[in-house]
Amino acid sequence: MSTVEPPAGATTEPPIAARATLPDAPLTPSDAPATPSDTAPPPRARARAAVGFWRTVAAIMRKELLVELRTLESVPGMSLFAVTVFVVFHFALNKNAVSGDEAAGILWVTLLLAAVLGINRLFVADAEEGGFDGFLLAPVDRTALLVAKALALLIYLIVLELVAVPAFGLLLLEPSLGHALPDLPGVLLLGDLGVAAIGTLVAALAVRTRARDLLGPLLALPLLVPIVIGAARASAPLLTLGHTQGPPLRWLATLAVYDLIFGLIAYAVFDFLLDD
Amino acid sequence: MSAAPTPALQLEDLTRHYGERTALGDVSLTLARGQTLVVLGPNGAGKTTLLRVLATLLRPHAGSAQVLGNSLPDAAWAVRGRIGLLGHEPLLYRELSARENLRYHARLHGVAEERVEELLDAVGIAGRTREPLRTLSRGMTQRVAVARAVLHDPELLLLDEPRANLDPAGAALLEPLIGAPCARTRVLCSHDPAADLAGADLVLGLRAGRQVLLAPPSALADSEIGALYR
Repeated sequence: MSTVEPPAGATTEPPIAARATLPDAPLTPSDAPATPSDTAPPPRARARAAVGFWRTVAAIMRKELLVELRTLESVPGMSLFAVTVFVVFHFALNKNAVSGDEAAGILWVTLLLAAVLGINRLFVADAEEGGFDGFLLAPVDRTALLVAKALALLIYLIVLELVAVPAFGLLLLEPSLGHALPDLPGVLLLGDLGVAAIGTLVAALAVRTRARDLLGPLLALPLLVPIVIGAARASAPLLTLGHTQGPPLRWLATLAVYDLIFGLIAYAVFDFLLDD
Repeated sequence: MSAAPTPALQLEDLTRHYGERTALGDVSLTLARGQTLVVLGPNGAGKTTLLRVLATLLRPHAGSAQVLGNSLPDAAWAVRGRIGLLGHEPLLYRELSARENLRYHARLHGVAEERVEELLDAVGIAGRTREPLRTLSRGMTQRVAVARAVLHDPELLLLDEPRANLDPAGAALLEPLIGAPCARTRVLCSHDPAADLAGADLVLGLRAGRQVLLAPPSALADSEIGALYR
């Protein structure tokens, strides 16, 4: 990843691996030849390794999951919200069981709204506790923050679904969830990838504004609508009583293309969002 | 014949706005490597803005800034990792312990974890390294922030009132890391001229974002410093 060219218009930053060979690169000070400009070196010239892209991603993810484990601010709230919505639907629809398009719609709208709760919290600790500045001062590829946050959000969504989907099967779904299981996780994962890419991008944009709690959902929901459409269409046959078909390939492909497009857009613009 | 050493800082008419307001206007100075610049001025004078521009966190809007021989903002990437910033905020996660915070920053800077343990001892919080930062006092948190700022042995230290919240013993403990004995280039924003001018090589006075004073401390009269705050 560190050899990827910066987006057009961005400040030209050589990849981390290349920086160690530049005259002013600080990454391996002990290896640098002595020059007149080094007449006042730091008291302890410690060897520092250039930090690779995936090591940076791992460091951020580790911190991210540790903070979530300590605070339990995102995943429990998302899960509880989803289960509560299923209970509300159970009584509001006055139905014990739904299937097909109806079931897929309820499932995906609920997952989407629960995801928005996590998206809104994704960068809050970084914005409020100076994590952004701490990260920006490090000599690392800034896109690592996007990837780490998107992966963290993906993990939150998977945990959410481990709670919410069985609850949905228990409270609302007419056919047995077991029949949908071989194919449903794949559809969920495709949907989650898109939500993670769009959610991370929107969260990074919204968190630096005063109205982030409002702006986050307002920006995210329209962008997430195609995912809901694609994922619901792909899931509907799996949630139909006595289904024999797998998920339609057309909708799976639509989801995959949408995920890819927004993944690339997020990669291209994320650096600008972090800039002053 | 060897080339002249590159200055640590070379600023020419450095300007930064916040909307319509000029937070920093036409600041020009040169600071040699290993020297200490003390920045004085009342609240809102532009001291913190100057530090954030030098730390590459804010872009200059006019003028030029060369930091450690690199022009900002184009070569900001070459400066990051060589700067230690100690600002008003500790840049630490409240839910993580001191050790966890420092290990996180050590990984970002490619620093060995032994350095974390060394610094936890050096800042005198070795007994409380497992507690979440939110349970520590402001003084203890400031000690951890100092450890974070010097974790990667930066060549340039940007210090915004570094003794804030520290008791005298704490301030003395941190002196080898961020005081004159650390032998790094330092930019020190201060509200305590009496304490900080002793270690200064150059004094910059700011008022309402404008440079109103630039001289070595030996050339300054007490009345000139006092006038900054009136």
